[in-house]
Amino acid sequence: MSAARIRHLQKAYGTHLVFDGLDLDVERGERIAVLGASGCGKSTLLRCIAGLERPDAGTIATSGEIGVVFQEPRLFPWLDVERNVAFPARNANERARVDGVLGLVGLAHAAKRLPKQLSGGMAQRAALARALVRDPHLLLLDEPFGALDALRRIELRAAVREILEFTKASAILVTHDVEDALALADRVIVLAGAPAEVVFTGTVGEDATRAAILGALGVSEHGGHARRAQARV
Amino acid sequence: MVRFAVPAGLVALWWIATSLGWVKSYQFASPHDVASELQQLALTGVLWHDVSVSVARVAAGFGIALLLAIVLGSLVGGSRGIERALDPTLQAIRAVPSLAWVPLILMGLGIGETAKIALVAIGAFFPIYVALVAGIRGVDRKLVEVGTTFGLSRSALIVRVLIPATLPQLLVGARIGLTQAWLFLVAAELLAATSGIGFLLTDGQQTTRTDEILVAILLFAACGKLSESGMRWLEKRLVGWTDTVPA
Repeated sequence: MSAARIRHLQKAYGTHLVFDGLDLDVERGERIAVLGASGCGKSTLLRCIAGLERPDAGTIATSGEIGVVFQEPRLFPWLDVERNVAFPARNANERARVDGVLGLVGLAHAAKRLPKQLSGGMAQRAALARALVRDPHLLLLDEPFGALDALRRIELRAAVREILEFTKASAILVTHDVEDALALADRVIVLAGAPAEVVFTGTVGEDATRAAILGALGVSEHGGHARRAQARV
Repeated sequence: MVRFAVPAGLVALWWIATSLGWVKSYQFASPHDVASELQQLALTGVLWHDVSVSVARVAAGFGIALLLAIVLGSLVGGSRGIERALDPTLQAIRAVPSLAWVPLILMGLGIGETAKIALVAIGAFFPIYVALVAGIRGVDRKLVEVGTTFGLSRSALIVRVLIPATLPQLLVGARIGLTQAWLFLVAAELLAATSGIGFLLTDGQQTTRTDEILVAILLFAACGKLSESGMRWLEKRLVGWTDTVPA
């Protein structure tokens, strides 16, 4: 049983075709990083899986709970951290998990604070805790470090890595940062084109190296674009 | 202490102006006259009667306005279709200076309590309605999405996301509405009343007693200030979570 199985996904906004028959499988416990240029459809893919966008055609099958973390924390400003985290809880069992996930993200000391009293990194940790409360089989992370400065980014990335190890949840991480992908994912895919297609897929530690991913993204680490441009002049 | 300096200075000036005879007592009563009039009205019970009558009118009118504004505001804010059907009419009614309704209300509802309460309700309704519709329209779509990802039903979304998100705006509207309610109460009681703080005003005018008029003005100031402070207290208690500079 896979954590997510996407077949022939089609999605268009007006005349702009984002996907025209995309297939993707996420195995149980597998962590996939989805990279691609801005506007290539990475976030749309995640929003379709999360049920926030309705695909025009195709099927998306997921097993168990899904937890979503957005680029912004999206905490409810009228609830303190603890109540925000408890928001999705539907029963005593899930409510009993609140303290645990708060500890897991390192926010046990800030349980009674309001969102306006949190730093960006803390707020994003709270959002992560909220996504974990229902013990999801699949975590959808949409640029979860995008709004953080470089240091907070490194910190939170390490925390997410630990949490993924600990919970054994599957995850789809949408990012534009190769370092995020290499640090957190087992498998990296690169989306490109319009409609978007998987132009690269590789396993971290094997064929998904920094150079290979950057190559698939059409980026050279050695300023190749600039040199080629110069050569043409 | 600074906040008391200006009122204290004004009272001092008032006291000097009246005791030195710069203004005549039939033009402007002295602080002493006003204080003794206040004391006398309090001792005879007239004061409490008039204040309670006025407070009851404001409470009834404001309560009706609040209820109507919440019902109509939620409908208009929650549905574009209902907005298209209702909002132009409500905006047209709103464009009429509310005191222009007075003759019609007096002819339709007579000069009894109903007319006064209706006038107060008209005055209080629009600020609440407008603020609530704007509040509903302004709810952060991203927060609604969070609810959606957790599979919340429409009613759960309303109770757990939309209502708390809209509450700050509603309370601001209610505070302004309550101020309007007092404004319209004065109009209602000036026109036709045999009791209430507004009646003290007309009574004072007819009997040329500026001390009574000034007592009524002080009472209005006190009632207005108290209800404003009460609403602010409520805002602080209920929506202290808002991340804005207090207005």
